[in-house]
Amino acid sequence: MSDKIQNKLTSLPVGRRKFLTYSGGLAAAAAASTLPAPAVNAASKVKIGFVSPQTGPLAPFGEADKFVLADAREALKNGIKIGNKTYQVEIISKDSQSNPNRAAEVTSQLILKDKVNIMIGSSTGDTVNPVSDQCELNEMPCVTSDTPWQIVYFGRGATPKKGFKWTYHFFWGIDDMVGNFINMWNTIDSNKKLGSLIANDSDGVVAGNPKMGFRPPMTGAGYNYIQPPIFNPGSNDFTAQISQFKKEGIEILTGLSVPPDFATFWTQAAQQGLTKQLKAATFAKALLFPPAIEALGDRGVGLTSEVWWSPSHPFKSGLTGKSAKQVTDAYTTKTGKQWTQPLGFKHANIEIAIDVLKRCGDPGDPNAILNAIENTNYNSIVGPISWKFGDRRNPVKNACRTPLVGGQWKKGKKFKYDLVIVNNKLSPEIPLGGDLDPLG
Amino acid sequence: MIEWANTIIQGILTGGLYAMFATGLAIIFGVMRLVNITHGDLIVLAAFIAMVVIETTGFNPFLSLIIVLPIMFIIGYFLQRGILNYTLGDDLLPPLLVTFGLSIVIQNVLLEVFSADSQRLKAGAIETSSIQLTDGLSIGIFPLITLLTAVTMIILLQQLFNRTRLGRAFRATSDDPTTAQLMGINHKHIFGLAMGLALGLVAIAGVLMAVRSNFDPSIGPAKLLYAFEAVIIGGLGSLWGTLIGGIILGVAQNIGAKIDPGWQILAGHIAFLIILVFRPNGLFPRTRDD
Repeated sequence: MSDKIQNKLTSLPVGRRKFLTYSGGLAAAAAASTLPAPAVNAASKVKIGFVSPQTGPLAPFGEADKFVLADAREALKNGIKIGNKTYQVEIISKDSQSNPNRAAEVTSQLILKDKVNIMIGSSTGDTVNPVSDQCELNEMPCVTSDTPWQIVYFGRGATPKKGFKWTYHFFWGIDDMVGNFINMWNTIDSNKKLGSLIANDSDGVVAGNPKMGFRPPMTGAGYNYIQPPIFNPGSNDFTAQISQFKKEGIEILTGLSVPPDFATFWTQAAQQGLTKQLKAATFAKALLFPPAIEALGDRGVGLTSEVWWSPSHPFKSGLTGKSAKQVTDAYTTKTGKQWTQPLGFKHANIEIAIDVLKRCGDPGDPNAILNAIENTNYNSIVGPISWKFGDRRNPVKNACRTPLVGGQWKKGKKFKYDLVIVNNKLSPEIPLGGDLDPLG
Repeated sequence: MIEWANTIIQGILTGGLYAMFATGLAIIFGVMRLVNITHGDLIVLAAFIAMVVIETTGFNPFLSLIIVLPIMFIIGYFLQRGILNYTLGDDLLPPLLVTFGLSIVIQNVLLEVFSADSQRLKAGAIETSSIQLTDGLSIGIFPLITLLTAVTMIILLQQLFNRTRLGRAFRATSDDPTTAQLMGINHKHIFGLAMGLALGLVAIAGVLMAVRSNFDPSIGPAKLLYAFEAVIIGGLGSLWGTLIGGIILGVAQNIGAKIDPGWQILAGHIAFLIILVFRPNGLFPRTRDD
């Protein structure tokens, strides 16, 4: 036996001396890693892996992470009770760097090296999908949010009948967003000509798809849908699209892109005289964050967008007991910044993981945790979450819808611009903050 | 017909922006034979410096250049003398690696200091005002300013390179640093000045870019790509070539977009490749590597 090993070793393409140094190093490393084993605490600690884009182009989605994590760690400092035992909670946060490969890599690190008990991940398909895929592969219970559920569910190859075993998701769907857009447009007078500007990214490919994207529902609602082919993100010029929209005489603009592309388009639209014919401009993804509107200045006033969460959402955290308003106020006090929508969902992601852990009985058993996820029935800061509502809120096995409403950016009081909820037809439980003003 | 005219005119205007990005790069390569991967991030850095200047002084973006330009010049000079001079030699790889590393450093420092928020400099009504030529054709004032600035910059640089003592020193050092040293030129100092000059141009490009579109710490590399293409289309070392390169890129992109918006960026790259195939040294090469 030992001879065999010896043979194998000598046949390695490494010299004898080198091999000795390497193996010595390895042995030392192995010894070092076993030395500081906290044998006493290890048994009574649960670990949550948290992956989110904190740097890179998607960083605005992760901007609230630090605050949310600090808030949660404060609330969890005395540990949680599982069964009749108290566990310390450790949340290990990793940055996806807005890169799907990196997201997958850190997730597998969290699972294999840090040995977390449950994974959570959030913000855009480029984070949620790789995180979920890794969890499915490694049989790790996982709850994700902050990406339309279709992108997570169908985008990872599930069918309406066959879903996933280990990965669950809560957020609204593209259909909810389109529904809100249409509801908003129905309240203003227009010629019902709709121009749509969609970027060629993971979300835009779905939204721009003529069969499952914006076209069928918007055409179905009586709008004349005009969509030039999808454009490449980072374009410096939108003359072609603007000319087409002007020629067709559109009065409503919609679409989906990241904020910088929309800003470039919106400036050119003003230069080339498209803006003055518009009655409404409702854009997905580009208008979510206050800095994007501040960057447009007063030309951002009147733009409309989807609203997933706001201080006026009538929900409160099951973890800290704070209302949405209290959480956003605390965020502003601590960071000096205006609230952003991911704040609520990041918090919800953590509180749901905690709720699951509390109910699972044995955090060492992934199946027990999975069972607890499946039986979730929880009131979070973004609304009620369950994967067993059995109604419209669970379109597929692994997805739970959260309420979505329509909002408009208006001049604000405390901050320069406020996102005001102007249409709640799809989710009447969310209070209105004002009326929709036509552009111009 | 008018639509095509519009497509081409808007393309030329966009080309002005690309030329703007590219002139600094062309000078750095022309004088030092240094491929500066940090160029895009330096443009973004200039934009952020301008933002801070505007916030503290209340200047408008154009006026802020009075402060931003010297700051960038100083950064450039010391960047060259402190770091980049040590990487220059027969091997092209060390400057590539060092500037690549610098690019990551700058991006992350900006991210740490300014967060990932997308920013923009506000220049007021000039941003969106335009001259309407005919019904389907209006020219934005700001893109026009960008193009004219690029042209003015290139005229001034040509004068500097051809008519002044400093320009002669630049050219001499570029042609043969060793002989230039024999003539009493401190090539390290000249390289520092060239980098300072290039970053001065970067300051102007950064401010104009920041008024035109949003910027955040991560967009630098995207700006670098077009700058590179413009320089290479135009021919290494030729400043007018760089302007033409930028315009060809802008027009090609717009024609591509006119056919199908999905083709916009691809069309620019294809134009670039076609020119590389037929004129490997670019359209108006001044320097040859032989």
